[in-house]
Amino acid sequence: MAMDEVAVLGAGMHPWGKWGRNFVEYGVKAARDALNDAGVDWKDVGFVAGGETIRNGYPGFVSGASIASALGFNGAHVGSSYGACASGCQAISMARAQILSGMTDVALVVGADTTPKGFFAPTGGNRTDDPDWLRFRLLGATNPVYFGLYARRRMELYGDTVEDFANVKVKNSQCGAQNPNARYPKAFNIDDVFASPMVSDPLRLLQICATSDGGAALVLTSMEYARKHATDPVRIKGVSTVTPQYPNTNIEMPDFAGDSAFAVAQPGVSYRDSIALRAYEQAGLGPEEMSMAEVYDLSSALELDWVEAIGLCQPGEAAKLLREGDLSLGGRIPVNPSGGLGAFGEAIPAQAIAQVCELVWQIRGEARGRQVENAKAGVTANMGLFGHGSSVVVSA
Amino acid sequence: MSKTRTPAIDGWFKDGPNPALIGTQCTSCHSIFFPPERTFCRNPACMNDEFSDKELSRSGKLWSYTTNNYQPPAPFVSPKEEYEPFAVAAVELADEKMIVLGQVPAHIPVEQLEAGMEMELVVDTLFEDDDNEYVVWKWRPV
Ligand SMILES: [Zn+2]
Repeated sequence: MAMDEVAVLGAGMHPWGKWGRNFVEYGVKAARDALNDAGVDWKDVGFVAGGETIRNGYPGFVSGASIASALGFNGAHVGSSYGACASGCQAISMARAQILSGMTDVALVVGADTTPKGFFAPTGGNRTDDPDWLRFRLLGATNPVYFGLYARRRMELYGDTVEDFANVKVKNSQCGAQNPNARYPKAFNIDDVFASPMVSDPLRLLQICATSDGGAALVLTSMEYARKHATDPVRIKGVSTVTPQYPNTNIEMPDFAGDSAFAVAQPGVSYRDSIALRAYEQAGLGPEEMSMAEVYDLSSALELDWVEAIGLCQPGEAAKLLREGDLSLGGRIPVNPSGGLGAFGEAIPAQAIAQVCELVWQIRGEARGRQVENAKAGVTANMGLFGHGSSVVVSA
Repeated sequence: MSKTRTPAIDGWFKDGPNPALIGTQCTSCHSIFFPPERTFCRNPACMNDEFSDKELSRSGKLWSYTTNNYQPPAPFVSPKEEYEPFAVAAVELADEKMIVLGQVPAHIPVEQLEAGMEMELVVDTLFEDDDNEYVVWKWRPV
């Protein structure tokens, strides 16, 4: 049975980049834009949901209250959530639950990050009980190593080619070049991709997501509140934050091994496949009703995994969709019309919120230069370290 | 003076002539875990907290592979002054029905790897300091 809806009255972003400033600044800019967009006064916000940053972001592990403080404390309730790449979805989920339970009518969701250069690395010290530390120590398993393993697996299993993976980057960069919030304004061609250095075979530097600074915010309200403020607001119909079901036999970052299926058979639906499925179920909508999708292209090849996982085609068919132009702007189901992570880089706690911002602008017809024709509904998907699912279904 | 051969992590693998990964097996539901789980069984239908150690299969099929063309950040330590790129392998163990990652020794180029090929476990240098040669499990083609 479909869940009740919440309205998205406002969306705002601080452009992605490597600005090197305090994350609070990006978050506040995004929040103010979202409040202005919504026509909602900050004093009316009853709940602030912050996606947390842990990297270089003053003051460390805190976010929701830092941003509320910078906006000027108004006494609102606050929640801060960390779920790695899924932190933003955790914040959306928390805000939505507050609204649906009647605790508040208006919630502000904010995520912002300031990131260091280069590879993601774990926190320092000699932390032999932390798998994230150990994978670097014992395996040298950077994030691109996992992306490379998944990409090579697609080549072996489905016959995907390095050209396919490069063409994902080319496709997304064309959209990104039209997006004022994207970090990379360049439309790359396939030669650019192949000229970039190999990082984790078969993936090259231009095919791997960078880390970025940025901020994104949403103003969510009850449908009742929304009706007094907007004629036809975009709605959030489903939010999935699911964990895996044991045994999850895939090799997930940052693990050393997949779960063993020796004693318990693997579930009928894989973890990656279950993430959007749970959001579709809440929405009472399916992949065939989506006009577009924003998925986590941490690598260009990974976008193809997501295309299958969110049900746009059968396993192994994503590259065919790509080749036929179905995933491009103007195609059957454009994927990453924002430009995706390839054009943004990842501002971790903001990214899942930014995905929803893009769907909102698309559905309103405000995505100039990258507008999906007749955009009615969309789905986001991503996965945070250690088993944090993230998917949101949005519709007109 | 020769250096002491020291496992880079305790209790995860066995060194010597017949090296093996050391997993654990739940004494109740028989679920197998690697890295070794020694506290609570992670099968959601099992409330057991007793395990026996279990040596995992020493060989399996190459599920996928990739490379580290750039030196990973700390706490990774390069075994040589000048970083030497190496491959990382994901190997599927048929009996345990699980996939386990491991480095591939740096002298084996990625061109020698092919999905589906048989890989075997070896114990090899991870890095050295003044007194110790730290060793870890790696996968190499049979
Ligand atoms: Zn058990």
